[in-house]
Amino acid sequence: MTSAVSFKQVSRHFGSVRAVDAVDLDIVPGEFFAMLGPSGSGKTTCLRLIAGFEQPTTGSISIFGERAEGVPPYRRNVNTVFQDYALFPHLNVLDNVAYGLMVKGVGKAERLKAAEEALSLVRLPGYGARRPGQLSGGQRQRVALARALVNQPKVLLLDEPLGALDLKLRENMQEELKSLQKVLGITFVFVTHDQGEALSMADRIAVFNDGKIMQVGTPEDIYQRPNTRFVADFVGSSNVLPPVFVQRYSGQHRWGSLRPESIRVSSAASGDGVAARLVGTNYLGATTRLALDADGLRLHAVVPAGMALPAEGEAVMLTFNRDSLHLMDEPA
Amino acid sequence: MRSDRGQSAPLGLKVAAACGLLFLHLPILLIFVYAFTTEEKSFVWPPPGLTTQWFAATWNRPDVWDALSLSVRVAAISTAIALVLGTLCAAAVSQTRFFGREAISLLVILPIALPGIITGIALRSAFALADIPFSFWTIVLGHATFCVVVVYNNAVARFRRTSGSMIEASMDLGADGFQTFRHVVLPNIATALLAGGMLAFALSFDEVIVTTFTAGQQQTVPIWMLEELIRPRQRPVTNVVAMVVVLVTLLPILFAYYLTRDGDQIAGSGK
Repeated sequence: MTSAVSFKQVSRHFGSVRAVDAVDLDIVPGEFFAMLGPSGSGKTTCLRLIAGFEQPTTGSISIFGERAEGVPPYRRNVNTVFQDYALFPHLNVLDNVAYGLMVKGVGKAERLKAAEEALSLVRLPGYGARRPGQLSGGQRQRVALARALVNQPKVLLLDEPLGALDLKLRENMQEELKSLQKVLGITFVFVTHDQGEALSMADRIAVFNDGKIMQVGTPEDIYQRPNTRFVADFVGSSNVLPPVFVQRYSGQHRWGSLRPESIRVSSAASGDGVAARLVGTNYLGATTRLALDADGLRLHAVVPAGMALPAEGEAVMLTFNRDSLHLMDEPA
Repeated sequence: MRSDRGQSAPLGLKVAAACGLLFLHLPILLIFVYAFTTEEKSFVWPPPGLTTQWFAATWNRPDVWDALSLSVRVAAISTAIALVLGTLCAAAVSQTRFFGREAISLLVILPIALPGIITGIALRSAFALADIPFSFWTIVLGHATFCVVVVYNNAVARFRRTSGSMIEASMDLGADGFQTFRHVVLPNIATALLAGGMLAFALSFDEVIVTTFTAGQQQTVPIWMLEELIRPRQRPVTNVVAMVVVLVTLLPILFAYYLTRDGDQIAGSGK
């Protein structure tokens, strides 16, 4: 099967900076693909390479089997939802949405009808006559989405589209984007630095660091079986355990990852486990995050809120299921 | 927000403001009054009598028409050149990063910061060195040097407030470079260009110093006026022309002011 987007050894260098460094990537048609990573990790540059705003320094990119190098953005069947939405302030909402069809020469009646339909799709029917300046952030986001979708792209690129929205709105939009993607069956490529967003929305996630892809997999893969310390730490702030520590529990001299929620905390001096000291608590609402010191090793545990907690500075005993200790091959 | 909301300014301040404005504008009114005087040789206050005969006299003077026509043509073409070059330059400086960007930005603004006499001498010696005879086009070139600055400044300010991703969005939606310029860039900078163009026109229209160095025997309106003041034939004719020039330059500047004022709100929204 042809990939929706395929990167073969793609690099993009800006002077001496390797923004994207020898990336191989295959995005399956119809999937919701997330590119996750800290800022400056190369995820946005990858998105811009797909959109055509950047050209690879080396390597090749194909979109649905067609070579993409040298093809300008306006000849690619992909559309982008920009981080700042980039709506045209001089056009009303309907003309904004119809813009792509207008420059392709679609007749006025036809393109306005299509634009109206696209606005209904993003649940903004009847907003066509307004100016972008009169809309809220969430509404502008929907207009940007409609403006991209009206062109029926093969791939929809979303550059941190939820970054500027407040929490409640963001959660709504996450669900909405997900269901929209299911209904339309279009390949979505989504850039985010928010691991929760990537885990909850994506079919597959690529974790970026320093211009390279660290790991590609389903949210479960990435979360439960990180292959590097970076992935373990970046996705869900796992406890990264050094080989010396891991050897005691698994017998193997390898790095390990232990999720904070896999650690059980009990009062000290009972049974076997890891002796530690509680050094801090962080109330998060539904859960409480504990900072623990196990003989110099800093660990974090997440326990349900309302659980009786020892006082700070007291000795505690940590236990965990051996199965939840995930061993990693690469120490990086 | 004003701290003295709802309160009237003290009387002293009002009087001072009125005096300041009078000081600035009374001399201009004086020029207008002299356009109607019956005294032909010198400016006598009060005017011995009032007449409108100078309007007819001005109308029938071919040298007035020559100067006016030259000034309008020079201003129009300098402005046109400035619009093209100033916009291109502003786009390059504000939309891309390249080596020497700051230097170019400074060099473009320099002609207006330099005293006109230096620009004038420099151009004159350059024309002489290159064996270019003085003509209509040497005046246009001289005026274009400072007209570009005005357009550039207006355009660059507008480009800065325009989201850079808008151009990418347009390309992303299938518009090529020309379509993007026509449908996205131009509508967003149009009022800034109109304002810049009008200011450039007005600047060119009343320019004296650079013109004296780059014009041959030809006379633009301001040069003609200077000449008239030194060797008057019908003195009040100069005042009639002055009145017309004030009106011709004032109206576009007022218009430009209103355009950019509204433009602020349009360009600032949607971001």
